[in-house]
Amino acid sequence: MTGGKMQEPLLTVRDLIVEFPTRRGTLRALDQVSFDIAPGEVLGMVGESGAGKSLTGAAIIGLLEPPGRIAGGEIRLRGERIDNLPPEAMRRIRGRRIGMVFQDPLTSLNPLYTVAQQLIQTIRTHMDVSESEARKRAVGLLDRVGIPAAARRIDDYPHHFSGGMRQRVVIALALAAEPELVIADEPTTALDVSVQAQIIDVLKEICAERGASVMLITHDMGVIAETADRVAVLYAGRVAEIGPVRDVIQHARHPYTAGLMGAIPTLEQDSDRLVQIPGAMPRLNAIPTGCAFNPRCAHVFDRCRAERPILQRAAPNHHVACWLTEEGSA
Amino acid sequence: MTPLVQVDGLTRRFDISKPWLNRVLERESRQFLTANADVSFEIKKGETFALVGESGSGKSTIAKMIVGLLAPSEGRIHFDGQEMDFASGANMRALRRRFQMIFQDPFASLNPRWRVRDIVAEPIVTFGLLQGADVAREVDRLLEVVGLSAADAAKFPHEFSGGQRQRIAIARALSSKPEFIVCDEPTSALDVSVQAQILNLMRDLQDEFGLTYLLISHDLSVVRHMANRIGVLYLGRLVEVADAKRLFLEPQHPYTRMLLDAVPDLALSGRRRKPVLGEIPNPIDPPSGCAFHPRCPLAQDICKADTPQPSVTPTGQAACHFAGKIGEVA
Ligand SMILES: Nc1ncnc2c1ncn2[C@@H]1O[C@H](COP(=O)(O)OP(=O)(O)OP(=O)(O)O)[C@@H](O)[C@H]1O
Ligand SMILES: Nc1ncnc2c1ncn2[C@@H]1O[C@H](COP(=O)(O)OP(=O)(O)O)[C@@H](O)[C@H]1O
Ligand code: SF4
Ligand code: SF4
Ligand SMILES: [Mg+2]
Ligand SMILES: [Mg+2]
Repeated sequence: MTGGKMQEPLLTVRDLIVEFPTRRGTLRALDQVSFDIAPGEVLGMVGESGAGKSLTGAAIIGLLEPPGRIAGGEIRLRGERIDNLPPEAMRRIRGRRIGMVFQDPLTSLNPLYTVAQQLIQTIRTHMDVSESEARKRAVGLLDRVGIPAAARRIDDYPHHFSGGMRQRVVIALALAAEPELVIADEPTTALDVSVQAQIIDVLKEICAERGASVMLITHDMGVIAETADRVAVLYAGRVAEIGPVRDVIQHARHPYTAGLMGAIPTLEQDSDRLVQIPGAMPRLNAIPTGCAFNPRCAHVFDRCRAERPILQRAAPNHHVACWLTEEGSA
Repeated sequence: MTPLVQVDGLTRRFDISKPWLNRVLERESRQFLTANADVSFEIKKGETFALVGESGSGKSTIAKMIVGLLAPSEGRIHFDGQEMDFASGANMRALRRRFQMIFQDPFASLNPRWRVRDIVAEPIVTFGLLQGADVAREVDRLLEVVGLSAADAAKFPHEFSGGQRQRIAIARALSSKPEFIVCDEPTSALDVSVQAQILNLMRDLQDEFGLTYLLISHDLSVVRHMANRIGVLYLGRLVEVADAKRLFLEPQHPYTRMLLDAVPDLALSGRRRKPVLGEIPNPIDPPSGCAFHPRCPLAQDICKADTPQPSVTPTGQAACHFAGKIGEVA
C-alpha cells in the first residue's frame, strides 16, 4: 500500500483537537492531529505513554470519556463525517463498520456469556442471518484466528481461555461483522513475546484477507515495523512525523523520531551506549510553546520556541513537523 | 577466581493448596507450584548476567532468593565464596549490605510518605555506615551521581516522573556501597527514551564502581544490549546459558530459537521468522520430561519421558536432549 497513487481514503482525520475541561483550565490532549488511512492499509500509530494514541482511537470511535470532547477538526469515514453523529448512529458504526481490539481482552468480553453467545449476538446485530448461520460463521472465525477445536471451545466462557486465546477471541469478535476498519489499541502489550508474534500475525493476515484497514496503536516500534504500511509518530498530542514505515524507521527526519530509534536497543546493532534524549515528554499542563519537543531537541533554534512547526512534505508520502524539514533533506 | 555469586540446584516450591478444611471436603491433596527447579549458574565479578524468560518463568523468584528475601526449598547460594544461611540473621545481615535490589515499579518500591532524603539514606542508617551531617552530604552526592540534584532530596516520590523515580531507587541501592545489584525489570515500566537514559546510567555506574549486575528482563533486546552472559528460563528451569552476543547468533536450545524468532524485526532486515507454536503451559501441572516438548518442533519420544540435564555447548550450556545436534535434527 505504500507509494503509488493515493486512493480515496477510508478514514480521514483533519486537525483533530481533543480537550479536557478541568477546574484549573482546559487541557488540550490532541492538538490538530491529521492523517488518512487508505482502504486495506495498516497505519501504525506510535508514541510514548501519554502521547495521545488511545485518545485518537477513542475519538474516532466516539468513545471519549467525558468530560473529554472533540473541540475541533473532523473525522470522515468514506467521506462522511462521523465526529458529529448522534450516539445511536455512532453505535451502529461501531462493531459494524469499525471493529475494536483493546489491550485487555476482558474489556471487550462479557464474563457472563459464552464466546458463542457473544459472537452470535454481534453477528446478528449487524447482519441479517439466521441463528444457525451465525453460529457457523462464528465457529469459522474462531477457527481462523487459531482457536484449536473451535466448534467445541465456542461454548466456553472467556475465563476458560488463556490471555493469548482471549485476544484471539476478541479479534474474531472485532471482525465478526466484517468491518472496513479495525482499531487495535496495544493489542499485544499485555502478552508475552511468543504470544505477541502469533496475535500480530493473525490480526494482520485476517484483515488483509478481508480487505479491512487497520489502525494499530502501540508504543512498540518493533511491532509497527513488522506490521504497518505507514506510521504516524505522536508526541505531546501532535503528529511529529508520518510516512512509509521503512522511510520513518530507517531515515527518520524528525529529531524526536531519530532519537527514539537510537534509544531502542535492537538484536542487530552493537553499540555501547544508546542514544539519549534528555528529559521526558511534557505533561498536558506544561506543553512548551512553539515546537513541543524544543526543550529536548539538540537542534533547537529560536524559531522553534516561538512558532509551532506544521506538518510539511519532506518526501513523497512523508510529512514532518519540524522547522528543519526541507523537501528531500535527510 | 571464585565467582561473586554461585547458585547450585536452586529450587523453590510454593504451596498453593486450598485451606485444610476445603481439601478434606473436596478430597483434594496438597498442591505445589514449582517456580524454580534445579537452577544453577554463576556470576563473575564485574559482569552483567541476565535472566530472560516469559511471564511466570521464575525470574523474580530467583532474584528474591539471591537477595535473601525468599528462602529456597532446595539448593545453595554462595556469595563471594560464603554460603548464604537463610536461618541465620547475622549471616544474612552481613551479606545484605553487599547487595541491593532494584524493582520494576519504582513507585511501589519507594515509600510515598518519605522524603527522597530519607529513602536514599535508609541503607546508610540501617547499616550504620555514616553519622550526622555526613549522611546528608552522602545523599546529595548520590543524587548527583544518578543525574538528579541535591535540591530533590526534600521532595516526595510522587513529585517525580517514572524515570526519575527509578533514579531515586538506584541512588538508594548505591548508598550502602554494594558490590552486586539485582535489577528486576528495571525499565519495563518506562518509555523507551527514558529506558535508554536508565540503561546508560546503569552502564556508567558499573564502570565507575565496578558493580556486578544480575539483570532480569523479558526483553531480549535490552538483555542483549546490557549483558555479558544470558540465562534463558522456561517454566522455572534454566534451558540455556550462553555468551550474550553468541546466544543470538547461535541459539542452542529450541526454546531460545523460538523466542528469537518471535522478536519483532525492527531493522527490517527481512529476518525470516518461523511461526511460534502454542502457549506456555500451566505451571501447576507442567508437561512431563522436557517441559518444552509440546511446543518443540524437534521433540522425540525421549523428550516426554526424561528431563534433559544441562550439557556443555560451544557457547555455554543447554538443557536439551539434542543440544549441540540441533543442526542435524532440524
Ligand atoms: N508467593 C507465591 N505463591 C504462589 N506462587 C507463586 C508465588 N510467587 C511466584 N509464584 C509462581 O511462581 C512462578 C514464577 O513466578 P515469578 O514471579 O518468579 O515469574 P517471573 O518470571 O518473574 O514472571 P514475570 O515476568 O511475570 O514477572 C509463577 O507461576 C508464579 O505464579
Ligand atoms: N480522562 C482524562 N482526563 C484528563 N486527561 C486525560 C484523560 N484521558 C487521557 N488524558 C490525557 O491525555 C493524554 C493522552 O492520553 P492517551 O491517549 O491515553 O495516551 P497514550 O495512549 O498515547 O498513552 C495524556 O496526557 C493523558 O494523561
Ligand atoms: S522544530 Fe526545532 S525544536 Fe522542534 S524538532 Fe525541529 S529543530 Fe527540534
Ligand atoms: S529436550 Fe526434546 S522437547 Fe526439549 S527442547 Fe530438546 S528436543 Fe525439544
Ligand atoms: Mg494508550
Ligand atoms: Mg517478575
